[in-house]
Amino acid sequence: MGHITLNSVRKTFGEADVIPAIDLTIQDGAFAVFVGPSGCGKSTLLRLIAGLEDVSAGTIQIDGVDVTDLPAAKRGLAMVFQSYALYPHMSVRKNIAFPLKMAGMSVDQQEAKVQAAAKVLNLTAYLDRKPGQLSGGQRQRVAIGRAIVREPKAFLFDEPLSNLDAALRVAMRQEIIELHQHLKTTMIYVTHDQIEAMTMADKIFVLNAGRIEQAGSPLDLYNHPANTFVAGFIGSPKMNLITGGEAEKLGATTIGVRPEHLDIVAQGGWSGVVGLAEHLGSDTFLKIKTDLVGTITLRAGGEVQLRHGDQVRLAPRADKIHRFGADGKAMA
Amino acid sequence: MATQHSRMAARVMVAPSVGLLFVWMIVPLVTTIYFSFLIYNQLYPDRQGWAGFDNYYYFLTDRSFLEAIWNSIVLVGGVLIVTVIGGILLALLLNMPFWGQGIVRIMVIAPFFVMPTVSALVWKNMFMNPVNGMFAHIAKAVGLEPFDFLGHAPMASIIGIVSWEWLPFATLILLTALQSLDSEQQEAAEMDGAGRLSRFIYLTLPHLTRAITVVILIQTIFLLSIYAEIAVTTNGGPGTATTTITYQVALQSLYDNDVGGASAGGIVAVILANIVAVFVMRMIGKNLDA
Repeated sequence: MGHITLNSVRKTFGEADVIPAIDLTIQDGAFAVFVGPSGCGKSTLLRLIAGLEDVSAGTIQIDGVDVTDLPAAKRGLAMVFQSYALYPHMSVRKNIAFPLKMAGMSVDQQEAKVQAAAKVLNLTAYLDRKPGQLSGGQRQRVAIGRAIVREPKAFLFDEPLSNLDAALRVAMRQEIIELHQHLKTTMIYVTHDQIEAMTMADKIFVLNAGRIEQAGSPLDLYNHPANTFVAGFIGSPKMNLITGGEAEKLGATTIGVRPEHLDIVAQGGWSGVVGLAEHLGSDTFLKIKTDLVGTITLRAGGEVQLRHGDQVRLAPRADKIHRFGADGKAMA
Repeated sequence: MATQHSRMAARVMVAPSVGLLFVWMIVPLVTTIYFSFLIYNQLYPDRQGWAGFDNYYYFLTDRSFLEAIWNSIVLVGGVLIVTVIGGILLALLLNMPFWGQGIVRIMVIAPFFVMPTVSALVWKNMFMNPVNGMFAHIAKAVGLEPFDFLGHAPMASIIGIVSWEWLPFATLILLTALQSLDSEQQEAAEMDGAGRLSRFIYLTLPHLTRAITVVILIQTIFLLSIYAEIAVTTNGGPGTATTTITYQVALQSLYDNDVGGASAGGIVAVILANIVAVFVMRMIGKNLDA
């Protein structure tokens, strides 16, 4: 179980209105991701749900029960922190068993649960080590193990992968996804990395300045961004946002074209000069300086041989153009 | 760049300071050892010559010797207990955010800057004096009989004075250690269902062990040589109630003018202090590793 509802939750720190008012619902068993730039309030929102911060107004419900005034320990949630927050003087075994010990569970039961969690996370060989003797990925797994043994209603992850190197991050990402498929428990995951959001989430909440800009499935957000902020944030490389005459021709203030929805054409379209060509093998990212619409990023196939200084013409696919009004919102 | 050559050069360069420190240490030690084997009493300048182990024999068989050792242990142990426990509590208090934190922290450290003789005098005359002391006035104000601290509880009173002097030191070191406690760890424990007391026992105390070790080691060294507080307040009395090893040595040299005997006592004190040091290091020194 783990159905989480927030009703007009507000958080202020002194004068600063970090979260003006947020309503959201996370279904039982969902993998929800809060994504947004630094300082958008996503970590604060997670800490409000966890009970590590008090809400200034509004209510939080878990499985229909109002937990707004319950302390963190009584909410039945488990959290994995960015710094792992392992207890440095305890062995891995004692770290994982700590929440069970606090719950007053017998030593035999503790050991059984620790063994089970260690097996799931491949930690059995490391149970007697101290956190200082483990690698970053192993520490992360211990932190997850400490969360698993409590059998919480929901897991909260606060940027858990940002201290890992790139290769390990991809591997841990997959491990967390598999863990979710295995446990089927609600997970709420905070990240600033939209790739993590796209690959892991059932439902993404894009946050900006304490407001939810858009919520939906990854592909929904990718195909139908509700406004220019979401359009620019989701997708890599970023969507090209074009203002001015070319946008007005289509009756919009801003038009957005993803790099993969631009083609190099023989004639027509916008003319420009290749500024930078990144050859990745599978793809080629071209930064093209045009006269009409400024610098445009274009994603071409790996076999494209264009180099710095080459003259090209490019055209957007007409059915893939996103149009945004003066208020930044998508137009029908 | 630790080649044979550069290591040699480094040794040559540090040699003068190592040599100076060695001389600094060895000259007084050797002089004391030399005196401890002499018949050397300033009251009887005509009696001279080698004493052999007589000075040691008289010092160690003096009936007040064992008592002095016990007094030393009580004084050092008592002050350690008060300062470590009090220091932890004060550090926890000062680590909380409150108005005027900066000023309060400076005020807490202040006793450390007061000279031992001065603070002992202040305590003796202004607070503990059974006629004019503040405590006597307070006792009279609430209708109680004034208590003669230094007369009836001399050791406890001295432990109190010395603890007051050393509490800031313990607090300062423990406070610094507390400030490096990871807040995410505390929050993780909070979510794991640990209450305030559990968090203190399972997280804060283990985090503080290294700082506590440092406090105990450094204080033991300084507390073994406490002299001024005893000299100013009780003069080792009443009787020999507050005569520690250090004070016994001082009595022998200053009041009996027995330089030879005092030197023997000094060497005994050095040996005992080293035994204590080895013992303490063995017991808690392992906390300093890693």
